[in-house]
Amino acid sequence: MSTSVLGSHSHEGDHAHGHHQPLTVGGFLSKYVFSLDHKVIGIQFLFSTLLWFVVGGLLALAVRWQLAWPWSDMPVVGRMLFSAEGGQISPEFYTMLFTMHASVMIFFVIIPILAGAFGNFLIPLMIGADDMAFPVLNMLSYWFMWPAFFCMTASFFVTGGAAAAGWTAYPTLSAVQSAAPGSENGQTLWLIGLIFVGISSMMGSVNYMTTIIQMRAPGMNLFRMPMTIWAMFITAVLQAFALPVLTAALFMQLLDRLLYTGFFIPEGLTVNNVSAGAGGGQVLLWQHLFWFYSHPAVYIMILPAMGMVSDIIACFARKPLFGYKPMVYSISGIAALGFIVWGHHMFMSGMNPYLGMTFMVSTMMIALPSAVKVFNWLGTIWGGKIQFTTPMLFALSFVAMFIIGGLSGIFMAATPVDIFIHDTYFIVAHIHYVLFGGTAFGVFGGIYFWFPKMFGRMMNEFWGKVHFFLSFIFFNGTFYTMHILGAGGFPRRLADPYHYETFKHLQTMNQFITICALGMGAAQLIFAANFIYSLFFGPKCGRNPWHANSLEWMAPSPPGHGNFDVQPIVYRGPYEYGSPEVDSDYYPQTQPPPEGVDPNADHGHGH
Amino acid sequence: MGRFWSLLFLTVPIFGVGLFWWAPGAGYWLPKDISEHGHQIDHLWTFILILTGLVFVATEMLLFWFLWRYDATKNADPIKYTHGSHNLEVIWTILPAATLLFIAIYQMNAWADVKINNPGAKGLPTTVEVTGRQFEWRLRYPGKDGKLGTPDDIYHVNDLHIPVNEEILVSLKSSDVLHDFFLPNLRVKQDAVPGMAIPVWFKATETGEFDLVCAELCGWGHYKMKGQLTVQSKQDYEEWLETTFAAQEATK
Repeated sequence: MSTSVLGSHSHEGDHAHGHHQPLTVGGFLSKYVFSLDHKVIGIQFLFSTLLWFVVGGLLALAVRWQLAWPWSDMPVVGRMLFSAEGGQISPEFYTMLFTMHASVMIFFVIIPILAGAFGNFLIPLMIGADDMAFPVLNMLSYWFMWPAFFCMTASFFVTGGAAAAGWTAYPTLSAVQSAAPGSENGQTLWLIGLIFVGISSMMGSVNYMTTIIQMRAPGMNLFRMPMTIWAMFITAVLQAFALPVLTAALFMQLLDRLLYTGFFIPEGLTVNNVSAGAGGGQVLLWQHLFWFYSHPAVYIMILPAMGMVSDIIACFARKPLFGYKPMVYSISGIAALGFIVWGHHMFMSGMNPYLGMTFMVSTMMIALPSAVKVFNWLGTIWGGKIQFTTPMLFALSFVAMFIIGGLSGIFMAATPVDIFIHDTYFIVAHIHYVLFGGTAFGVFGGIYFWFPKMFGRMMNEFWGKVHFFLSFIFFNGTFYTMHILGAGGFPRRLADPYHYETFKHLQTMNQFITICALGMGAAQLIFAANFIYSLFFGPKCGRNPWHANSLEWMAPSPPGHGNFDVQPIVYRGPYEYGSPEVDSDYYPQTQPPPEGVDPNADHGHGH
Repeated sequence: MGRFWSLLFLTVPIFGVGLFWWAPGAGYWLPKDISEHGHQIDHLWTFILILTGLVFVATEMLLFWFLWRYDATKNADPIKYTHGSHNLEVIWTILPAATLLFIAIYQMNAWADVKINNPGAKGLPTTVEVTGRQFEWRLRYPGKDGKLGTPDDIYHVNDLHIPVNEEILVSLKSSDVLHDFFLPNLRVKQDAVPGMAIPVWFKATETGEFDLVCAELCGWGHYKMKGQLTVQSKQDYEEWLETTFAAQEATK
């Protein structure tokens, strides 16, 4: 290792670490803005993504308003935002709302909060490294998000407004400028923004893979890594292999829009009375390329949360993780199978129907590793001593909600059933159970769990639990009900579905859902207040407030530059809670074994 | 508080099952099926619902019970110090694998009936050509000679008529962006793709008027791309074709 770290100061136990003088000693810019420290970069990602979480959430609430009370004036903000329509949402703005809600949540919140915020903060700390392998690349991966932030924000103010072709951006609606107002300029900015997000993710994933392979502390062999690290590693591999395909597709669509290359546009189309150009392309080509990335991306959006939840559950069950190796293998299995299931998004697309059958089989089989994980989480809490802390409650609800999201996936994997529920609210329910009930709850758990390490202070437990309780109730009120809408055939993405006789009776249920969604939004204010208050006034914590085993808890809270004051040496896996070798109920990875115990004796994992 | 939180998790299976129990009786369920093949799809839906329902209740109840039983403030026993069980892993890998494979294979006939065994290949002529266009459904019937692209073709918009109890073959097209031809009461859904002509077939078993929904985002007016399906007796259908053709000729 000859990593040069800006502003690094010497510390004991530093190993072959290049020492360079800081460029600006103690400068605010190099310390907090253009920092090379993985922890600062992680926290930068965290703050940015949480702010975008607010934006994405407000966009969702506007969608909910329209579905509950279509074409009625929006209270408070309506007159300000939609003065031309007298305070009501216009149908073209509605299409922008759900497009940007999904785009923001997926590309600016979930992916960067998992990999960017938690990946950055936790990887070096949990493997006992002093920083990432490539600190400059790491800094760039954050700053490449900013052009994307800029493009997406700017797109609301260009002629035609923001992209409105859905987050999936299916041509020809997206690729032909005359097809929709959002396809005039907004779509171009959307594509450029996503290309930047892709570059950022790629820089991150290269860095994570290298760091995890190269920079583990002595004794930290692969099967002593916490599940969070395994998940981050597999996620980085997924990113690295899937992203180039999306990037190519994004450039192709950009060329179609700007230079009329016609990769995705067949000949002879007239869209909104304007010729779509010479064409010669295939509409379905985009869908294949897009989902070849975006299906693995679904796992990019859940695997790190699964890893964090595994760590949190083992810690608060005070018991070793059940089936460590099967857990690792099932994450790997999900990643491998994740590359051959993309066609299940295209059962109704006009793709060869025989392909539908093969994709159905592979999709059914990907439920298997997910099921194995659920069983192992249940096995972990069985026979433990469960502490109902806020992070634990969120982690447990991850499991409870992921069961629902996983099982509802089976309906859609079954091609004949998918004929009816495809593009209905059943799938909206499904993805929100996986990505909100799953990932977002896992992320909340992660924030409550690692907040003390990040900022050296505890978050308030009481208000954390209030936040959990309200989020849990309102989340289920919002999204569980959507399964019933889906059973009624209620389609996605309609600004006013109630002029169809078939869906008229579903408006009451939609009003109930919107009220729950507003409640869920309001509950997040409690989180925001708790988060900000605790940053400054939370009680100071020691190094290891949860009595956890993994390496990050051996570092000071918050860790200084270079992370550890002594070189950590790892003697065992991270889940030795309640070990008979010691009296205390936890047994840190760095604690030398008592006299007469072989430090290399591996504890049986899953045998 | 452990008791309180355990019970909160118990509400998941209770309300989860309760809502699905209540919904059909309260009128919130799959719309009436008037197709010949639809019962297969509805049957598979119910089959998966029951199967996943059982797994859902079992796992959520286990979760609740473990939380209740092993609450640190109430549980005096030492923890069960174990790193897993090879036998359990084998069991809970093989059982779900077999079940999932069975579910997949169990779907295949229904899928083949609806999407693969195209009656057009056996000589069934196209009943109507449906072309999606922002934001309407353009319809073209072959007319008396039974052939599309001849002067006696009948053109119509949004108002799809079909005869009851007859196999219908639709040729589905789009002239601009993606649309989706969704007949909720017939359990029919198929994207209309620019550059492709996709065959869709079904048989309606009841007369009446039903919704034709566009189910794939097609632009700002997607929500109002509404068509109507009229299923009528063979005689009414023939009469309607003639009246429509006559009206069309009169405006030439």
